[in-house]
Amino acid sequence: MLHWFNQKFLSPKTFYTTSSSLLPWFIAAFVLCFGYGLIAGLFFAPADYQQGDGFRIIYVHVPSAFAAMAIYSVMAVSAVLTLVFRIKIAAICMSCSAQIGAWFTFLALVTGSIWGKPMWGTWWIWDARLTSVLILLFLYLGFIALQSVITDQQNRDRAGAIVAIVGVINLPIIHYSVIWWNTLHQGPTISQFATPSIAPSMLYPLLAMIAAFLFFYAVILILCMQNQILLREIKSQWTKEVLCYDY
Amino acid sequence: MFSSLFTIMRHEILMTMRQAFSWLTPLLFFVIVVCLFPLALGPDTDLLNKVAPAIIWVAALLAILMSIGNIFRSDAEEGYLDLLLLSPVPLTLLVLCKVFSHWMTNCLPLILISPLLGLLLHLNAHEEYALIITLLLGTPVLSLLGAIGAALIVGIRGHGLLLPILIMPLYIPVLIFGTGTMMAANANLPINGYFAIMGALILLSLASAPLLTGLALRIGVNQ
Repeated sequence: MLHWFNQKFLSPKTFYTTSSSLLPWFIAAFVLCFGYGLIAGLFFAPADYQQGDGFRIIYVHVPSAFAAMAIYSVMAVSAVLTLVFRIKIAAICMSCSAQIGAWFTFLALVTGSIWGKPMWGTWWIWDARLTSVLILLFLYLGFIALQSVITDQQNRDRAGAIVAIVGVINLPIIHYSVIWWNTLHQGPTISQFATPSIAPSMLYPLLAMIAAFLFFYAVILILCMQNQILLREIKSQWTKEVLCYDY
Repeated sequence: MFSSLFTIMRHEILMTMRQAFSWLTPLLFFVIVVCLFPLALGPDTDLLNKVAPAIIWVAALLAILMSIGNIFRSDAEEGYLDLLLLSPVPLTLLVLCKVFSHWMTNCLPLILISPLLGLLLHLNAHEEYALIITLLLGTPVLSLLGAIGAALIVGIRGHGLLLPILIMPLYIPVLIFGTGTMMAANANLPINGYFAIMGALILLSLASAPLLTGLALRIGVNQ
């Protein structure tokens, strides 16, 4: 049953065709959310009473940090699917996500650092959340390093999956770090269960930006995965048809 | 089953003990790294006392990382690992055996010599006590986590620096709580809560690490 499902819906070929037709929609959603979030966030949202216009970097910082953690969760889920069910698509999704996630983590650290200089007076502080996000970056890099030295495709997928699963312990630490350790980094602004501690005029652009970053991730992920699929299935007939059709 | 586990453990420990330098090297490395710091920082008693936990913990972490990278390598080269994988005894228990014998031969000497190093760095009796207990609680976690990395790289040649990159991020919680305990002891604060957290870390890694190491070994031997 599962095998049949895997063959029918999760085969690289089905994924390739389905994702190709979905791709324009993701691009459109990204452009819409990004446009609204950027314009509303930079021009229409009121300035913060304490931080002035400097707070506007939140519209890049929070979405990239959110994406960094969300992408690691995607990686961990794909890792389990790779190890347990041996789904090829999941393994491809895992290795593509790692590279994108590492860049988002880097972006979150850099924007946080730029935000920290005027507000805290320092580029970097060894605060719990900053440190745990830095560890997240190391986890991403370790995963990429391991995958880059293993030549056999199947072993690369499975070894990477183990590293991804072990590293998942860091996610709750990042999430709760500002609650467990009361340090310099401010507490969470938006949460699923509580009323957000941010004015709606500031909140909606932020949510739009988070959505935009996730759609951007989806677009890049699809493109990267399609590339990987073509590379891995280079010898099969449908790949040749796709490539000849494209060029 | 237990008799075969016991035999394997005895074999591992005997093998290490008979080649004195396979367990002396990490110990010497540990002592020398710790001795470098007073030379680099200068003989200021207060400063040394303050940074002692960090020095001893980082040195222990590096020593264990260097020794654990090879626990499966020679076995894999000699084909002994293939026999272990084929044996009817669960792989998880075999891994646990190997990690425990690694801890006995490589980590226990570090713990035994650490009070002496603490003395050199001017720790008082209370801090020495905290140091020994945290090392006793922390080093098994380091061994267990390191085994996962060692198993992952068992089939990869010429990438010795990959292991630290893979494993160091996972060592950070142990480092934080280990040195945190020492700093609390230094400030005469209660430290039993820290011991409980480190005990929890041991249980967590005991439950998950041998399983993942076994899985990683099966992948690594395929290569």
